Amino acid sequence: MSFLTLTHIRKSFGQTQVVHDFDMAIEKGEFVSFLGPSGCGKTTVLRMIAGFETPSSGTIMINGRNQTELKPNQRNIGMVFQAYALFPNMTVRDNVAFGLKVAGAPKTEIDARVKEMLALIHLEHLADRYPYQMSGGQQQRVALARALAPKPQVLLLDEPLSALDAKIRVSLREEIRMIQQQLGITTVFVTHDQEEALSISDRIVIMNGGRADQIGTPFEIYNRPATRFVASFVGTLNLIDAKVLDPAANRIAIGDQGITLREPLGAAKAGDTVSLALRPEAGSIAADAKGDTALTGHVIASNFLGSVIRTRMKIADSVISFDTFNNPGVKPPAIGETVTLRFTAGDLLVVRE
Amino acid sequence: MKTNRIGAWIAMAIGASYFVIPLIGTFEFSLRMRRGEYSFDAYRSVFSDMQFRETFGYSMLMALLTIVFGMLLVVPTAYWVRLRLPQMRPVVEFITLLPLVIPAIVIVFGYLRMYNSSSVLPLTGSTTGTNVLLVFSYITLSLPYMYRAVDTAMRAIDVRTLTEAAQSLGASWGTILFRCIFPNVMSGVLSGAFITLAIVMGEFTMAALLNRPAFGPYLQLVGANKAYEPSALSVIAFSITWLSMGLLNLVSRFGKSAPVKA
Repeated sequence: MSFLTLTHIRKSFGQTQVVHDFDMAIEKGEFVSFLGPSGCGKTTVLRMIAGFETPSSGTIMINGRNQTELKPNQRNIGMVFQAYALFPNMTVRDNVAFGLKVAGAPKTEIDARVKEMLALIHLEHLADRYPYQMSGGQQQRVALARALAPKPQVLLLDEPLSALDAKIRVSLREEIRMIQQQLGITTVFVTHDQEEALSISDRIVIMNGGRADQIGTPFEIYNRPATRFVASFVGTLNLIDAKVLDPAANRIAIGDQGITLREPLGAAKAGDTVSLALRPEAGSIAADAKGDTALTGHVIASNFLGSVIRTRMKIADSVISFDTFNNPGVKPPAIGETVTLRFTAGDLLVVRE
Repeated sequence: MKTNRIGAWIAMAIGASYFVIPLIGTFEFSLRMRRGEYSFDAYRSVFSDMQFRETFGYSMLMALLTIVFGMLLVVPTAYWVRLRLPQMRPVVEFITLLPLVIPAIVIVFGYLRMYNSSSVLPLTGSTTGTNVLLVFSYITLSLPYMYRAVDTAMRAIDVRTLTEAAQSLGASWGTILFRCIFPNVMSGVLSGAFITLAIVMGEFTMAALLNRPAFGPYLQLVGANKAYEPSALSVIAFSITWLSMGLLNLVSRFGKSAPVKA
């Protein structure tokens, strides 16, 4: 049985339904990210797990216990906020000790745990500082220590890195992941940054319009996007409109170039238009390529990006971008030049609307 | 740039003199009781008056009670409005502004009608009851200043996120309010307390019509019957009020933070 289970969760604010029939099962010690654009309902789901919002219907179970009706202070859930939310009137030590003091832990236990937590985030030397005397990254690490100090059953991270600068963001997300693995704590992380989600998660939930469009490992999400939204939201992806020629044989046409796909076309009929996805890094230029793993078009733009060259080519009505590694010995394709793009059969994916 | 600065200093000096010159004049006049020379006779006369000590002590006590109970009313209200009822803010602000537009005499006549000895709640029927009514009326009078001071201080902190952080750590409402919110709005609480102290110490209408021995009616009595003592009283009242403010400020500064061991 899963450690954290969300079953048929719905949430409405007045007439507006922001979460639609959301189901999710998270294993103990798993790191799950909710990824999606603003207003997709990811934070609302997180806030329902924390108890700050009550679901309109559905149940939230943690470790076999129904939490749906419990108040936030009865759930034993640690939470880290985007705005740090450290208590300004307390020192780092007092902030970290707060949850333990509230729980009525003995002083010796509090002191030992605070010391342990500060060592975990490498900020023992700043124990007597006030939040306003620290940088954003340091404050967020203290917020993490404060959330972990009372040994919560689940850790919730609500866009904890959004307010930090790029460099700190990368180092802190790695630190968060390391601490999470070290403690083995079940963690739900909300972000709108795909790189963050892809780099530290065991699984990712792609949310769109209050629904989970796809749940999978970062590898699955990136390489096998289930919907057009997932494909366009995660990474850079070429979305190509193709006409179905023979659904039984998985035969489609992009402009006047026919291709037989590896995956089935599902319920599509002959003459229907389907969306195909192709990652920019999946293709390479090959003059001799032909058949089901090649597309020919003419170059409309070529951008030198240092280590890679991003080329945009037009095939019928679609524009496809593809990246090739910079090779000083090879000249990048010129605008107007006709080139053939080679890829492997599995790279061209059919995506749902 | 330099001209701007000189202009600013001149403007400040004119502004300051508007307040300071009358004070100096009052102080100077209070020293003239003895014919032909300056003396502190007026002050000696005031301090030796038993009624001064009684009324001053009474008003200080009333001010203290007003501050304590006023803050117990205002801080949770402002907190709750910010946290759960933001749509009610204009309504609450309007209510807190009412004492500014309704004259004190109207309010006190309303009280006398509502709480007289033959009413359902006969507060004016006993001395304690009247004192309670006076504290309530002072809270009402200071409400516009107290609420604004506290609300402004709350605007400076993220009340909602701090509350949620505390809740997720297991804190109850009492703990959240008194350990997480109250200390962080102390500047507003103190500002409100200063203004309340000043209002209560000089208030006349409520105390006079409720027939309580407060400092305001005493000031009026002395002012109507003596020449130099009222000036001395004004200077004393100013000094004590300012001293109280200074002390409160000092206390808040000491209590703010321990030195950093970096």
